[in-house]
Amino acid sequence: MTGPEIAERLLRGELFALSRLISWAENAHPAFADALAAIYPRVGKAWRVGVTGPPGAGKSSLSNELVAELRRSGSTVGVLAIDPSSPFTGGALLGDRIRMEERTKDTGVFIRSMASRDGHGGLARAAVDACDVMDAFGFGTVLVETVGVGQSEYDVVAATDTVVVVLCPGAGDGIQALKAGILEVADVLVVNKSDLDGAEQLMLDLEDALRLRSIRRDGENSWDVPVVACSSHQGTGIDALRRAIEGHRAWLETRDLVGMRSHKRVQQVRRIVRERLEDELWGRHDDGSLESSLRASRTPYDVAHEILEPVLSSIHVAGTGRAEAGHAESGHAGSGHKGVRS
Amino acid sequence: MARKIRVLIGKPGLDGHDRGAKTIAAVLRDHGMEVIYTGLHQTPGMIAETALQEDVDVVGLSILSGAHMTLFPRVRAELEKRGMGHVLLTGGGIIPQEDSEALEKEGFGKLFGPGTRTEDIALWIQSTMEDRWKNEEIQA
Amino acid sequence: MSDIKLAAERGKVSDARKVWEEAFQKARLRDAEFTTISGASLKPVYGPDDVDLDHDRDLGYPGTFPFTRGPHPTMYRGRLWTMRQFAGFGSAQQTNERFKFLLDHGQTGLSVAFDFPTLMGYDSDDEVSLGEVGQVGVAISSLADMETLMSGIPMDRVSTSMTINGPAPILLAFYIACGEKQGVDPAKLRGTVQNDILKEYQAQHAWLVGAEPALRMITDVMEYCSEHVPLWNTISISGYHIREAGSTAAQELAFTLANGMEYVRRGVAAGMDVDAFAPRLSFFFDAHLDFFEEIAKFRAARRIWARKLRDEFGAKDPRSWMIRFHTQTAGVSLTAQQPENNIVRTALEALSAVLGGTQSLHTNSMDETLALPTEKAVKIALRTQQVIAEETEVAHVADPLAGSYFVEAQTKRLEDEAEAYFREIEKRGGVVPAIEAGYIQREIHHSALAYQLAVEKGTKKVVGVNTYVEALDAKPEIDILRIDPAVEEAQRAGLVALRGKRDALGARRELDAIREACRSGDNLLERFIAAAHAYCTLGEIANVLRAEFGEYKEPMIL
Repeated sequence: MTGPEIAERLLRGELFALSRLISWAENAHPAFADALAAIYPRVGKAWRVGVTGPPGAGKSSLSNELVAELRRSGSTVGVLAIDPSSPFTGGALLGDRIRMEERTKDTGVFIRSMASRDGHGGLARAAVDACDVMDAFGFGTVLVETVGVGQSEYDVVAATDTVVVVLCPGAGDGIQALKAGILEVADVLVVNKSDLDGAEQLMLDLEDALRLRSIRRDGENSWDVPVVACSSHQGTGIDALRRAIEGHRAWLETRDLVGMRSHKRVQQVRRIVRERLEDELWGRHDDGSLESSLRASRTPYDVAHEILEPVLSSIHVAGTGRAEAGHAESGHAGSGHKGVRS
Repeated sequence: MARKIRVLIGKPGLDGHDRGAKTIAAVLRDHGMEVIYTGLHQTPGMIAETALQEDVDVVGLSILSGAHMTLFPRVRAELEKRGMGHVLLTGGGIIPQEDSEALEKEGFGKLFGPGTRTEDIALWIQSTMEDRWKNEEIQA
Repeated sequence: MSDIKLAAERGKVSDARKVWEEAFQKARLRDAEFTTISGASLKPVYGPDDVDLDHDRDLGYPGTFPFTRGPHPTMYRGRLWTMRQFAGFGSAQQTNERFKFLLDHGQTGLSVAFDFPTLMGYDSDDEVSLGEVGQVGVAISSLADMETLMSGIPMDRVSTSMTINGPAPILLAFYIACGEKQGVDPAKLRGTVQNDILKEYQAQHAWLVGAEPALRMITDVMEYCSEHVPLWNTISISGYHIREAGSTAAQELAFTLANGMEYVRRGVAAGMDVDAFAPRLSFFFDAHLDFFEEIAKFRAARRIWARKLRDEFGAKDPRSWMIRFHTQTAGVSLTAQQPENNIVRTALEALSAVLGGTQSLHTNSMDETLALPTEKAVKIALRTQQVIAEETEVAHVADPLAGSYFVEAQTKRLEDEAEAYFREIEKRGGVVPAIEAGYIQREIHHSALAYQLAVEKGTKKVVGVNTYVEALDAKPEIDILRIDPAVEEAQRAGLVALRGKRDALGARRELDAIREACRSGDNLLERFIAAAHAYCTLGEIANVLRAEFGEYKEPMIL
């Protein structure tokens, strides 16, 4: 199948094409960029929601309830559920679907699991690509769920339109989250398991912290982060969560939504460039050759410089006069150049 | 990123014995595969739908209920209905040798009976998928 | 002298021990891991230093507190254990014939295995039942099927054990109604319904609704039966499935007893006097291959339960303190390779159950890893028990291993490990929260995985599997029992006919009454019995429950 072929099938509404194209994104298939280019005019209609939080906060159950709520409100939903890969074997057990089992029977919901493939990079790029594909397919909402640990998981949620951070009482998670700066990315905060002891205290702590933040940012035209109490166990607070997400969307839409999104696109371009460069460079230098270079008692900087030399010199030769990145050749791993033109 | 073998471990039907399914899921993960586990009590349609959404390379069914002669063909039919006929469909459970031979003759992948080493299952999946991918490359 | 440790002066190492230790350290040992299947490491020899017990306090004589040595003063001199072979396959008609065959060969109680649709509360003609009707047990979708199952069997004279959980109250209602149709007063019915929903969430996974409504139905059964069906064991708290799912012996013991205590708490919370229902609780354990660890497990179970019931729950009736249990040999210990070896495994396991003082016993058939057992295999399994009972002397003496340093040390170790698990469960807020958090399931899964890997690495030896292996090309010379697909067809047709024949309005009224009782809190078993008489089907009743209480969703455990 060529890129344009799979794109055409996707635009015709074939689930198989949707699913396969996500695999292409994940595996950095050579023809992905072509396919994306063909569907790109349809990208941008879905509202993208990132759901994150510490392990055990109940993200999957909450996401499941949120999907049901979104369906009731009439939106179709594409879900990307990210689970960690084993750092030792590279394998992964992807089990989040189980909590969404009943959604499998609903044709308005599409759920895809993605392993983080730690240590190999590429998660954030592949996840954003997968969101683009689901967006182009026509889902009203694209929901990305990930454990709130690690830079690449952080990058994934940071690329969505509305970031929901899920916390739950107990084990000092709330305070940990504050320390970890998770609050800084949150557009909506959820205190899940609100039926448990300590939920009220956590709500108060979070509201205090948010007030402090808004005092610090006095004068900025900033979004007032709501704190929503939910119990996915009892199914309460889910409608309030949906309304909070819609509120954030409405707020953004009266402001600079285009600017916000293109700012996030810039990060995607950087990821693609970084990955392309690394693919190219590491294809020429394996660990063995690096080790033998180092053995000749040279510093890591010397070795790095030697690797980068050809790239750097070509950039210097090209000079700074050209604003255009130039036309991208297609057929290269992970190349989304065509995708990022606006 | 390197391509990984994606496997769906499914428990079709009503039997709730998931010791084998969970063990094999863990072992396949330890062999570097990405394993999706459906949970219990799935219909053939649900398993095929999950296989489609997850674009898996392999579907492994664990059946201890004696309903294998019904469930294997039904899952295959549901997969084909969704354009997923290419998936390597295999499995195991309490399946008499006669039956597993009959199913293998009908084009199902190898079926693993009680007492199989999980390692052997992982290696068989690995080598079968490597062969398939090699053939795909040759054709491409 | 009840203190068997008097033989050794405390804290001192005897000369004999010194001599042994020296010799042992010099000796060469076999290359093997000296651990149990559960991974407990064993000492090369046990002696006076390994036990610290007071006979009367910690063991008691048979029939006396804390019942470590057995629940009855006479043990098997009074009455042998009940030889109860689990049977059921295909149609009610076929199972009825197998029951009569077993009764003719000296079996003393019936044990019903149901098919998966029945176990999950679906009718034979439900779409999800396709291919599974009658496969691993008998299909019972209504009172009519129950009448066929028990036809020609005097229900006031046999005891019947029904292995069913989620829909147990419904099947019990069918049984009670069936007795009434035979003219048998419910007060004369004897038997057991497994009805142990907690271990379903933990291990076996045949459920209907979530834990809270399921526990309510269980207390309804306990309440109703204490008044109307007094000889019926309302619940058989089962470690068997926990063990078969891969747990260790200690986990089996701990989780089973923790579940048992949860049922007692629920009964008391529902306003019942503990002595009104505790004597009708029975237990069900696995007999695995670690001979002595299993014997110790049975003994520890009796001691722990007696102390908990008397000292923590304040039960006054000694019958409340006593654990009486059924045992089944370990299905997971059977191998598909060289299946005849399974006869030997089963014999050893059965012997441990008898030495552990079981009240009834099922011995597995050699071909069960391949398919349902054939008549010949079932007969050999039953004969195995009869050989133990009639040809050996083990039934003559109660708790013959008491005082064994090894067995007493193992009994104490298992007791301590169980207590540690009780604390872990308590920390999580009790059994139900521990299930919801996946704690118990995860513990079991990890043990299962560790065992599988040990077998594959060869550190755990299994004859015919990883040692003394024979070429596998030869097909096992065992006949395989097959369920005719016609059973499913006949069941479907039967249900269609039943629905056409019955008083439709009456059936509808009974289902409405069940819905009403779900909401009002009235006793559900009473309603189920009325619905059974109106020929409401299992699936119809279960669907009302599912709609009212919601279906259960398992937490993800990997």
